[in-house]
Amino acid sequence: MTSTASPGLRRTARLLGLASTGLGVAMLRDPEGVARVAGVDDSDTAVPVITVVGARELVHAAGLLAGRPGWAWTRVAGDAMDLIAMGRALADRRGDRYRRLRTATVAVGVLALVDLGTALRSSRSRDEGPATDLPPTAPWKRAIAVSAATTVNKPPAEVYRYWRNLENLPTFMAHVREIRTPDGGRRSHWVAEAPGRRTVEWDAEVVEDRPDRLIRWRSTGDADIENTGSVEFVAAPGGRGTEVRVHLAYAQPAGRLGKVVATLFGEDPGQQVRDDLSRFKQVLETGQVVRSEGSPEGPFARRLLTQRPAHPRP
Amino acid sequence: MLANQWMGKEDLEVNEVPDPRILNDRDAIVRITSTAICGSDLHLYDGYIPTMRKGDILGHEFMGEVVEVGKGVGNLRAGDRVVVPFTISCGACLSCSRELFSLCENSNPNHRIAEKVMGHSPAGLFGYSHMMGGYPGGQAQYARVPFADVGPIKIEDGLPDEQVLFLSDIFPTGYMGAEMCDIQPGDVVAVWGAGPVGQFAIASAKMLGAERVIAIDRFGYRLDKARQAGATDVLDYEEVTVLEALQELTAGRGPDACIDAVGMEAHSAIGPLHAYDRAKQATRLETERPHALREAIMACRNGGTVSIIGVYGGLMDKFPIGSLMNRSLTVRTGQTHMQRYMRPLLDRIRNGDIDPSFVVSHTMPLTEAPEGFRMFRDKQDECNKIVLKP
Ligand SMILES: NC(=O)c1ccc[n+]([C@@H]2O[C@H](COP(=O)([O-])OP(=O)(O)OC[C@H]3O[C@@H](n4cnc5c(N)ncnc54)[C@H](O)[C@@H]3O)[C@@H](O)[C@H]2O)c1
Ligand SMILES: [Zn+2]
Ligand SMILES: [Zn+2]
Repeated sequence: MTSTASPGLRRTARLLGLASTGLGVAMLRDPEGVARVAGVDDSDTAVPVITVVGARELVHAAGLLAGRPGWAWTRVAGDAMDLIAMGRALADRRGDRYRRLRTATVAVGVLALVDLGTALRSSRSRDEGPATDLPPTAPWKRAIAVSAATTVNKPPAEVYRYWRNLENLPTFMAHVREIRTPDGGRRSHWVAEAPGRRTVEWDAEVVEDRPDRLIRWRSTGDADIENTGSVEFVAAPGGRGTEVRVHLAYAQPAGRLGKVVATLFGEDPGQQVRDDLSRFKQVLETGQVVRSEGSPEGPFARRLLTQRPAHPRP
Repeated sequence: MLANQWMGKEDLEVNEVPDPRILNDRDAIVRITSTAICGSDLHLYDGYIPTMRKGDILGHEFMGEVVEVGKGVGNLRAGDRVVVPFTISCGACLSCSRELFSLCENSNPNHRIAEKVMGHSPAGLFGYSHMMGGYPGGQAQYARVPFADVGPIKIEDGLPDEQVLFLSDIFPTGYMGAEMCDIQPGDVVAVWGAGPVGQFAIASAKMLGAERVIAIDRFGYRLDKARQAGATDVLDYEEVTVLEALQELTAGRGPDACIDAVGMEAHSAIGPLHAYDRAKQATRLETERPHALREAIMACRNGGTVSIIGVYGGLMDKFPIGSLMNRSLTVRTGQTHMQRYMRPLLDRIRNGDIDPSFVVSHTMPLTEAPEGFRMFRDKQDECNKIVLKP
């Protein structure tokens, strides 16, 4: 999972989603009633138009209720259409109908402002990177934060022990070439592969270590890529093994190195962590990374697009 | 080595390719002595299973002699004679430890593709598309067998290939199809599709105590095989209306259990319905042509069981969910959990309860695989089951 929006923003988005649902359902169930309240019940096109708008509201609602603030833009576009239509209608209404339509137009105008605010904030928050899921140890403004989870059919102690020996991590972390732990595990030196046969390196330290439960680490000193992460081990219910949850965050520096970080983690950094966890599960449960002739590296996002034919190679 | 490669829809070639090598400690290399063409292969041949690539080696029913084992395979040695199950299973994940071997959580390196299509991924399979792992199949002279310490079963007595080869898929598949019916004394079981899988389902339903077993197909020679396998009644769906005939045979109750051994490429005697599904399938609006399954659901008695062993790949139209729901039907299905059945079924072969070689109609060299596929698909020359010799 890659997070891009703050909880507050998601909440506003959901509220707007609920508003859209309410409006949409009302318009679809009783377009005549809505036409009356809005003062346009004298027009033959009002009922079909309101029905179409109602259906549109439900589309907005679907996106917003899924917690996607970016969908507020679809509402902004809808608001603009509605306001134009209502403005036109206002021009040929008089008396009580005029007053009712004016009230409805003002209400739509206010909602439009909320929509615009939410949409703008959603765009900004995308530029600035995630605001949630960033561990407290991550002090950066721009960052890539990802999390992933898997269930391993082994007891927490065994799963923890394998991860805690940090030198094991390269067996399943595709981009990490080597980890050295000179002082037995608190400090470590990481070497990772970067595009163009480059490598990036950093030192890290374990900042929290709760046996069989949790490990939290962060890069130290002058790291090529500042990062921090945690892995949590919880016994799955009913003897189903161990739930393993990983959270990682990488500072995204400006300039060239920032590009390296971006390409290192590809379009979907969450995918890479999920692949790493698939391999982790395989290594713990079966003792090996599972390979096929079509996917010789094992689970590996990029290979999915460029499968080799399923026959042996010399 | 020589291998039967998928070059495109209805386009196969037997070509020289590199020999397989051990990639993991738990691999073995098997020199193949017999391999078969399965109804499941036809779905690939006809282009209905997505994520095939030009050059993929087909085949998932094979046996042979171990020629090399990785360091992690303790139970096999070079020279052992083995039958290899078509599902690849690690033996250690939660699904494997619950004997749901075709749902192994570790054997499909391309599980992300399968998850996109199906929500979660099943196990990796030999020679069955990249969505199912991208593993080369066994219509070849050699194959690499992953998790060789879990899958292959050793054949220690001199039983000929033809008697044990079908432990690799269709005998366990037919057996699981019947087992899922939870057969009780007096039960009537109807089986759609009298192909080799249906024939084993019929034989197994009899073994498990069904009172009557009704076979449904349109090829007389296959219905004859079905009788040989133990069917008490046969229905040619081009001659009779299946639902009416089943009502008649069961005095209005409907069969207690219905097995679909046809799958996604069913044929229909009702022209317009067939044309409708074919057109939707061709334009990918649905991926299945589920005539047999629809009929199986409608036919089943109230509270009965529908056991689906015919293979489906994606989405279906006009699914009689109302019939299923309102009549308390139970649906059971799956790719076969092979390792659960191989040992007990080998014992049944040894005891003489069944001789699986009755399904074989043709034996030909591997080099004739493309011709074999055509014959088997078009049911020419009374083709029932083809064994290829590499
Ligand atoms: N679940 C598993 O693990 C598993 C394993 C092996 C095979 N299968 C599947 O089992 C199915 C059958 O395999 P097979 O090797 O016997 O194939 P096959 O093509 O030889 O047999 C299919 C039979 O179904 C008949 N048929 C077609 N439409 C029908 C209809 N509407 N009503 C009744 N019969 C109809 C055909 O005439 C044919 O005889 C395939 O879908 C195959 O993929 C599943
Ligand atoms: Zn098969
Ligand atoms: Zn497994």
